[in-house]
Amino acid sequence: MAFYNKIIKKSIWVFHVSASPCNNCDIEILDLITPGYDVERFGIKLVGSVRHADVLLVTGIVSYKVAPRIKQLYEQAAKPIFVIGIGTCTAGGATFKTSYNKAGVPLDKVIPVNAYVTGCPPKPEAMIDGVLKLLGTLK
Amino acid sequence: MLKYLFYLLVFPGFLFASVFGLIVGWIERKVSARVQFRVGPPFFQNFYDVFKLWGKEIILIRSTPYFIFVIAPIIAFATVVMTSTIVGVAFFYRVGIGGDLIFIVYLMVIYSVALILGASSTGNVYCSIGAGREMKMLIADELAFILVIFVPIIRAGYKIDLTQILAYQSDNGMIVGTASGIIAFIVGILCLQAKMGMVPFDIAEAETEIVGGPLMEYSGPLLAFWKLAHYMMYVFLPMLLVILFCGGMSFASFGTIMAGIGKYLLIVVLMILIRNTNPRVRIDSAINFFWKWASPLALIAVILAIIGV
Repeated sequence: MAFYNKIIKKSIWVFHVSASPCNNCDIEILDLITPGYDVERFGIKLVGSVRHADVLLVTGIVSYKVAPRIKQLYEQAAKPIFVIGIGTCTAGGATFKTSYNKAGVPLDKVIPVNAYVTGCPPKPEAMIDGVLKLLGTLK
Repeated sequence: MLKYLFYLLVFPGFLFASVFGLIVGWIERKVSARVQFRVGPPFFQNFYDVFKLWGKEIILIRSTPYFIFVIAPIIAFATVVMTSTIVGVAFFYRVGIGGDLIFIVYLMVIYSVALILGASSTGNVYCSIGAGREMKMLIADELAFILVIFVPIIRAGYKIDLTQILAYQSDNGMIVGTASGIIAFIVGILCLQAKMGMVPFDIAEAETEIVGGPLMEYSGPLLAFWKLAHYMMYVFLPMLLVILFCGGMSFASFGTIMAGIGKYLLIVVLMILIRNTNPRVRIDSAINFFWKWASPLALIAVILAIIGV
């Protein structure tokens, strides 16, 4: 198992889950795959299907309408799967902290979360750091 | 008997083709990254990816015929291993079986059929769209590809053996040097692009449009089979083109070995550059292109070859 964890750190396929965000964090996530940051250096790749994913990047407050879908997505993913909440929204609600419609603030209420990267929006450097720190905790 | 098992499992077959295919896959990713002014992945990236997929969960859908879902990647992988063995023994040892070109054409159709079966067994919408497109691409490129293969067969004196085509070329010079050869070679590269699902013709997979298409529902080891089979096509398809048109590789001296590797790498890099400098075409324009332009061009090459130019 230790050997497998060593390998999975070097090949992380990321799936982008947008759970009622304001789209700010999503644009920053898409920034990651541009030539400026080029996360392919670390083996991080954005995939289109949740079946291929190793890490779910969740953005936004999870509204009541989206919450069951997020749960379903988590169950559809092939295990082992890690969840990272991107942006302050997933941790504390940020601008929407008084909203009537927040079902998943913090995100732990809906699905198990491994790490939060806060910021509104977090910088791409912070997100890379968050992903790599989470994988650093794997033994 | 032991010799053939060695061919199949170790040298030009399973082990060599998978390791070398993953390395060529790295070349493809690295060259693409350099074209886009990026750094690109480390050397062992594809090995990490495939190894990681072996440790993931396989998800089967209860309401679908999942036997086909599971067996399709294994069939595809087996056909790819067999094709790379046949092309490899002709390339490295100059050993051939009778009529191996016909066998290769059939095996490559089986790969596409397995992809269509596996994708359409899931019932996923994107998978069905991908399967339909794969079927249309098969109809589009198959005619041009077979016509392209006719040219070396006719020039070598109507011989359907890779070894005899190689023997003809070592006596009379490369087929690509003739008028019919160069036309067929250019059409052949475009056909390979379509067979491999590389960018001008990656309509079936179309990551940004139908999110991976046929492979969408696959996870874990089954996805690893598909990925490996895809990377192994990087090994034997350019190799087939080198055998048919550029005279293969001879082990006479160090220079000729380097020339053989050079010819192979040149075709691979050419395909990668075509991939990186072209946008994806629509399915109707792809069929238009192959039926209205590529196939008639290949037919002209066949007529020229019969005349003897």
